[in-house]
Amino acid sequence: MTLRMSTREGFGQGLLAVGRERSDVVVVAADTGKSMKTNYFAAEFPDRVFDTGIAEQDMVLVAAGLATTGKVAFATTYATLATLRACEQIRSFVAYPRLNVKVVAGMSGLTGDLEGVTHQGIEDVGVMRSIPNMTVVCPADGIAAKKAVKAIADHPGPVYMRVGRNDTPVVYTEEMEFRLGEVVVHRDGGDDVAILASGLALPIALEAEKLLAEEGVKAKVAEVHTLKPINTEAVVELARATGAIVTVEDHNVIGGLGSAVAEVLGEHYPCRLKRVGIPDCFTESAPYEELLEAYGISAAAVSRAAKEVAQEKRR
Amino acid sequence: MSRESLEEMARLIRIDIIRSAYAAPGATHEGPALSIADICAVLYFEAMRLDPQNPAWPDRDRFVLSKGHGYQALYSALARRGFFDLKELETLRHLHSILQGHPDMRKTPGVDATSGSLGNGLGIAVGMALAGRLDRKDYDVFVVLGDGEIQEGSIWEAAMAAAHYGLSHLIAFVDRNGFQSTGTVNETMRVDPLAEKWRAFGWNVEEIDGHDVSAIAAFIQRARCQEGRPSVAIAHTVKGKGVSFMENNNKWHMSGLTREEMERALVELGAERGDAA
Repeated sequence: MTLRMSTREGFGQGLLAVGRERSDVVVVAADTGKSMKTNYFAAEFPDRVFDTGIAEQDMVLVAAGLATTGKVAFATTYATLATLRACEQIRSFVAYPRLNVKVVAGMSGLTGDLEGVTHQGIEDVGVMRSIPNMTVVCPADGIAAKKAVKAIADHPGPVYMRVGRNDTPVVYTEEMEFRLGEVVVHRDGGDDVAILASGLALPIALEAEKLLAEEGVKAKVAEVHTLKPINTEAVVELARATGAIVTVEDHNVIGGLGSAVAEVLGEHYPCRLKRVGIPDCFTESAPYEELLEAYGISAAAVSRAAKEVAQEKRR
Repeated sequence: MSRESLEEMARLIRIDIIRSAYAAPGATHEGPALSIADICAVLYFEAMRLDPQNPAWPDRDRFVLSKGHGYQALYSALARRGFFDLKELETLRHLHSILQGHPDMRKTPGVDATSGSLGNGLGIAVGMALAGRLDRKDYDVFVVLGDGEIQEGSIWEAAMAAAHYGLSHLIAFVDRNGFQSTGTVNETMRVDPLAEKWRAFGWNVEEIDGHDVSAIAAFIQRARCQEGRPSVAIAHTVKGKGVSFMENNNKWHMSGLTREEMERALVELGAERGDAA
């Protein structure tokens, strides 16, 4: 039985661990202590948590103000609110002055599932990726998220990290390391095609690799958890090895991993590419896995795309 | 500093505003800088605990110019206080200048917070004041807001938070000059009754003459004695104060000025060669 854990749970645990190690870590919430799992940190360090109420712009600004004094400020709310409502505060008052604010956003991608479109942050990576000075991180599971908290706390400067609230399959082990900027090859089945996944799409990519193997298609599965700055060398290396790339992510196909990889390949190593993600549309309310399936983010869809690019490159 | 010395400093700041406006490419914001010259003079030459040799001193008082378009007054005060050379004022808004179009905490020594787009400085100041309390420091955080700026909802998010957290080390001024970019504040979007609004949000509120350096200094002294709540002065000011043809003429919210206008303004301000950068 696969272990399941949400990335927000991993974030909450990681935040508490980092809080114990570093007294300069503070948290700013916007009535999100429970939903973002900062309550573990808050229970142990109540003086280091500030809640601005339902006021996301103020949440980011207060985090910026704290960071001017040398704090590592974690600002935590949902992806739509952080990256769209408080976008300007993040851009002009966190990213521009390079303040040590870590914006950690929940309900990213379709993990806002049952709440509907207003709660589904499907554009957040695209928005954050286009802001200078910003590092964008998307952990694949609860254990990766826990490790990512320490990595981003230790990284000086602004970071955006997206998490979700659903219990999803855990791929990482406690022994694995999480290094910002690394592209992690989780499976190397051969050189027919490389599947690049980010976030919660990693287990889907691994499932697709199994389907492909059954049909004799040899695939690599690599995880791109640091979407910006993207590891150009690693992406090009995968393209060079396979000549056929599929990206898969829980995000709009515009602006996220697919776009980032297309930018790299377009400039450095043009080759066949297919992007699997939300097909540039608003979705609807439904349970998470049903939504992924309905909007084309599935092992079957990834394997289909992989076969297509693998065939096309042979022509 | 004596009343006379502070008034003299405010006069020099106004002269710098005119000179930097003339030296800058294109238009600058003369009117909204002139209205806060006296407040900046009192803050930087009387009220604030600072060390120009050590702009990042952790125990310093902080200043956030939330109405970032008053930058010319801030830059002059910083230069005259010794954070950088007065000659830099002539580089305002030129390529590669340390003096950006709006305040930039990474480029200009002494600027404590980046600002420019309106509605954001008070929240940053709340964060600074919360950090001071957490670290058991006794620094004060000063903020200057525009009376048009407070139409931004984010100001009231921060106003609520400042009172909720009882931030007595947070001291704000609303530069009540009555104008915003397109016209008068109350015609554009009424903000009155102003004092009552801040009072209702839980602040200690005073109304003062924003051009009376003694009144400004006295307000700060009283605000520093407040316990458990932030203070704000509704500082009644004149946009363009000190230059007759700029006063209450909203053309000077943002404008370039001709050589004749620059010379006339400097004569009115009693500028002499010795006052120059």
